[in-house]
Amino acid sequence: MRRTIPLLISSITGFLLIVAFFIPYTESWGNEVMNWFDIVAAFAFVLGAGSLLKMHLRKVSDRRAGWGYSAVTVLAFLMMLGMGLGKVGVPPSEKFPNHPFSGHYLHEGGAFWWIFQYLFLPLSATMFAMLAFYIASAAFRAFRAKNTEAIILLITAFIVLLGRTYAGEVLTDWLPESLAFLRLERLTEDTIMNVFNLAGNRAIMIGIGLGIVSTSLKVLLGVDRSYLGSE
Amino acid sequence: MLAFFENLDRRWIFLLMFLVVAAAILTQVKFPEKPSPMVRNVFRTIEDLPDGSSVLLALDYDPASEGELQPMASAFTRQCAKKKHKLFYITLWAPGVPMIQRSIEILKSEFQEYRYGQDYVNLGYRTGGEGVIKLVTSDLKRLYANDVAGTNLDDIPLTRNLKNIQKMDLIVNVGAGSPGSKEWVQYAATPYNIQMVAGTTGVGAPPLYPYIPNQLAGILGAIKAASEYEQTLLERYPELNENEKAQEAKRRMGPQLVAHMLMIGLIILGNVIHFSQRRREISQ
Repeated sequence: MRRTIPLLISSITGFLLIVAFFIPYTESWGNEVMNWFDIVAAFAFVLGAGSLLKMHLRKVSDRRAGWGYSAVTVLAFLMMLGMGLGKVGVPPSEKFPNHPFSGHYLHEGGAFWWIFQYLFLPLSATMFAMLAFYIASAAFRAFRAKNTEAIILLITAFIVLLGRTYAGEVLTDWLPESLAFLRLERLTEDTIMNVFNLAGNRAIMIGIGLGIVSTSLKVLLGVDRSYLGSE
Repeated sequence: MLAFFENLDRRWIFLLMFLVVAAAILTQVKFPEKPSPMVRNVFRTIEDLPDGSSVLLALDYDPASEGELQPMASAFTRQCAKKKHKLFYITLWAPGVPMIQRSIEILKSEFQEYRYGQDYVNLGYRTGGEGVIKLVTSDLKRLYANDVAGTNLDDIPLTRNLKNIQKMDLIVNVGAGSPGSKEWVQYAATPYNIQMVAGTTGVGAPPLYPYIPNQLAGILGAIKAASEYEQTLLERYPELNENEKAQEAKRRMGPQLVAHMLMIGLIILGNVIHFSQRRREISQ
């Protein structure tokens, strides 16, 4: 029973959405299901938060390796949750001045806004920016012309790296119009992106599409039950 | 000398990268841009719409990709405001709400005639990814009873009679991943035949090429395309030349150029070391 009911829910919902896509009369049924999905998705936040707390609190309590990071995670999570739900530092909205919680949680100057602006934003940007350092180091150590495939990859990388900056224009702008297709920016866009990349991505996309159809059918027909977890 | 490079500590590379990028940022060096046909296509798609058209601006990114994508969102906002389009902001990413706020600040400071509720509206964030797109294309108010500030959509002139987004003249998506441009193409632009353009990160652009030109009129890929877009905008609206904020992407091309050049230099150096090692091994 514990597996049959979720299986039935998945099958009915899945087939309903397929039918709703192809038969206009049933479109509203699909919308109804999607509406439920959005409500359930909101509940998933609660589930996710509970799971996060359980996992990290256990790690802290067992004093497992890296428990300090878990403590920071729990602390940051509770702090953001408290600031957001409590709307700390947020004045009431102009429309409802007598209701203390009527302001927006991201109101400029509020605690949540402050943390987002001065902690979350710079930390996120820093993490992303650090990629440049690691890519540079990896390029130096690993990008070697060891075989034909690596040489092709190297040449492509050079063209794209130069073609995506002003350097590409400076280096090959002198080429006459009859050879304009050899200009680095044109090679990048017209040849690499619009021919090789396009063909490769289209093939991958069609492959993924067929894979999704086959996997979805297996799930909907109850052949693949791995998403339900083990007994 | 070669022995030094063979055992080069990676921290030297980190330091070098830091120095060249910092120098380019501090000197604020800018380069002329020659907009590509793809960038011009995206520009024309917005420009050719009649003044006052309805445009859905879906900003699906977070602070991690803000550096690459905010200049695109800002340029789209400025162009749409110049054309007096009606703007509907929405995001499928929870941290996307403050990103929308950045664009709205542009409207507030540079286009003071723009009125909230009459010329633009911020629908904010709802959870559900593709599910949100499915619902807003059929019955918007079922999911969005109010805007980001909690005002009922029936009390906002711009959304009072808006049943769904099928009547939008254009969808502009600036996205850093999933849900993002691909989902808007699959669940909104293609089924309901709505014109769409997208702006995305460097790594996000290649998978979108198969959708061009039928499902996507064009895409802006990475900061280079954003910079070319700004150039196109400056050519069309020269008064923006005085606005430094309208040239954010152009300013970021300097650091990108030096970082790319350094990478090329490092790859060449790495290969010189590789071949010298191989020669040494063969001779032994």
